[in-house]
Amino acid sequence: MDYSQFLIMPQEIGLLVVFLLVFLYDTFMPDRCQKALPTFTTALFGLYTVFSFFPVHSGMAFAGMFESSDATWAMKAILNVGMLLVLLQSIKWANSEFVAVRRGEFYELLLLTLFGMFLMVSARNMLLFYIGLETASLPLAALAAFEKNHYESHEAAAKYMFTAIFSSAILLLGMSFVYGLAGSFDYNVLASALGDKHSALLIAAVAFVVAGVGFKLSLVPFHLWTADVYQGAPTAVTSYLSVISKGSAAFAFLVILVQVFGTVYADVWKWMLYAIIILTITIGNLFAVRQRNLKRFLAFSSISQAGYIMLGIIAANTLGMTSMMYYILVYIFSNLGAFAVIAAIERQTDKVTIDDYNGLFKTNPWLAFTMMIAMFSLAGIPPFAGFFSKFFVFAGALKTADTAVYILVLIALINTIISLYYYLLVVKAMFIRQDECSIPTLKSHWSEKTGMILCAMGIILIGLVSCIYTFLNGVAENSSSLFNLI
Amino acid sequence: MYLIPSLIMFGCGVFGFITRKNMIAILISLELMLNSVDINFVVFNRFLYPDQLNGMFFALFAIAIAAAETAVAIAIIINVYRVAKKVDISEITKLKF
Repeated sequence: MDYSQFLIMPQEIGLLVVFLLVFLYDTFMPDRCQKALPTFTTALFGLYTVFSFFPVHSGMAFAGMFESSDATWAMKAILNVGMLLVLLQSIKWANSEFVAVRRGEFYELLLLTLFGMFLMVSARNMLLFYIGLETASLPLAALAAFEKNHYESHEAAAKYMFTAIFSSAILLLGMSFVYGLAGSFDYNVLASALGDKHSALLIAAVAFVVAGVGFKLSLVPFHLWTADVYQGAPTAVTSYLSVISKGSAAFAFLVILVQVFGTVYADVWKWMLYAIIILTITIGNLFAVRQRNLKRFLAFSSISQAGYIMLGIIAANTLGMTSMMYYILVYIFSNLGAFAVIAAIERQTDKVTIDDYNGLFKTNPWLAFTMMIAMFSLAGIPPFAGFFSKFFVFAGALKTADTAVYILVLIALINTIISLYYYLLVVKAMFIRQDECSIPTLKSHWSEKTGMILCAMGIILIGLVSCIYTFLNGVAENSSSLFNLI
Repeated sequence: MYLIPSLIMFGCGVFGFITRKNMIAILISLELMLNSVDINFVVFNRFLYPDQLNGMFFALFAIAIAAAETAVAIAIIINVYRVAKKVDISEITKLKF
């Protein structure tokens, strides 16, 4: 065996080292040191995040199963940043009364799911993709059930678990059809073997794969679990589910669709995605309008945001890939900003409905301010990053120069206006409603403050510092061979 | 030929998943779906590509992962039962629209 192939996967190995250190700390350190475990993990992960920014060698490992390229490297670095923000938000929660006994497991499972997502992003073989997907989704079910004293947490976990198994069975069925057609699991071999075999079996295979991954991304016909799970799961897990899990699945989805099924782009999956995007954005928006619980509200908002992420995939060109990665980066900061505020308020007062936020500006001006820019960014109001990410996603889709896609972008634009309404409802509740605020002035933990400040800075700066986009564009250009088949 | 039982199994699994009210029964239906797909892999391998072992290996991995999934699912069902004292999904409806 050639051990030098491990050199192209420093990010995975670094993550495993972090996991092992956390595991050893959890197992062998005396009880009085255990309270520092969350801080220790976060600090260690912070170091590792900095380390993961160093460029890696491109190449293939394990007989072409695992690919490391600039694009996967950048995607993993983006996921690491998001993970660091999630960890910062969860420090105080992990030390709370009911969770403290099991905080070690919380961090270990979280790090392992991230490892699964890295495999998913790097996978160039259906087998590794499937293993990565399951490594990412199985521990998440356990994490959703983490608040043992809350009934909702268990219900959410049960719903997540059943839909996850159901979707993976459908995904497997799709993969078995692909195997029957082409006799291999390797993406490159599949791409050439599927060639121009336009058969009903291939269409069924594409449909099943899209459905299976669509569950993970909570695209619309497969979105029914999202709101319940987001509401019931602990807020730290919800924020992780909504950004990191979604971002990695979107990237892996892009690679499978353009690399394996690239030959049937115009005939088959373009139109599937076309319908899915319209449904996802519209239904996500319409249901978000009527939610009063903020976690449910953000669940539907994240469904409609997933539709915008899919616009980067339907474009199927390097500009689409760039804009998708950029969208995920911006979405991480905006959504985690909103979740940081919700988590901080929920931890101290247990209040999560929009009505509770009436007049929040008077009692907690900084929390209200962070929430406001997060909402503005999610809605896409100009000075903030959300505007630029939406702009680039639309630009990428328009580059296909296809009338049908023009109509799709128009529908997405109209939906952006609808989404403004409900995002601004939250802002209105916080700033304009004059009622007596039911939330007293809170004092946030330093970790929560750091998380919020980082999110706010990200939201403001990522849009303005244009070199980030240029850099991601260069990264995507290096992977342009992905799109050979389109 | 061998694909017919696997498709019937998959159909039964989907049907059971949708109609059953007991969580254990739902889990059994899910297992049925996962196992029918394993048959698919092995059959394709044996009859279409007899000179390789890809499909068999995939089936092995899929079985192992299905076992892990069942373990987690049962743990969660037990948790729900402890808190709610029931395994009937029509009564586990606290979270909804």
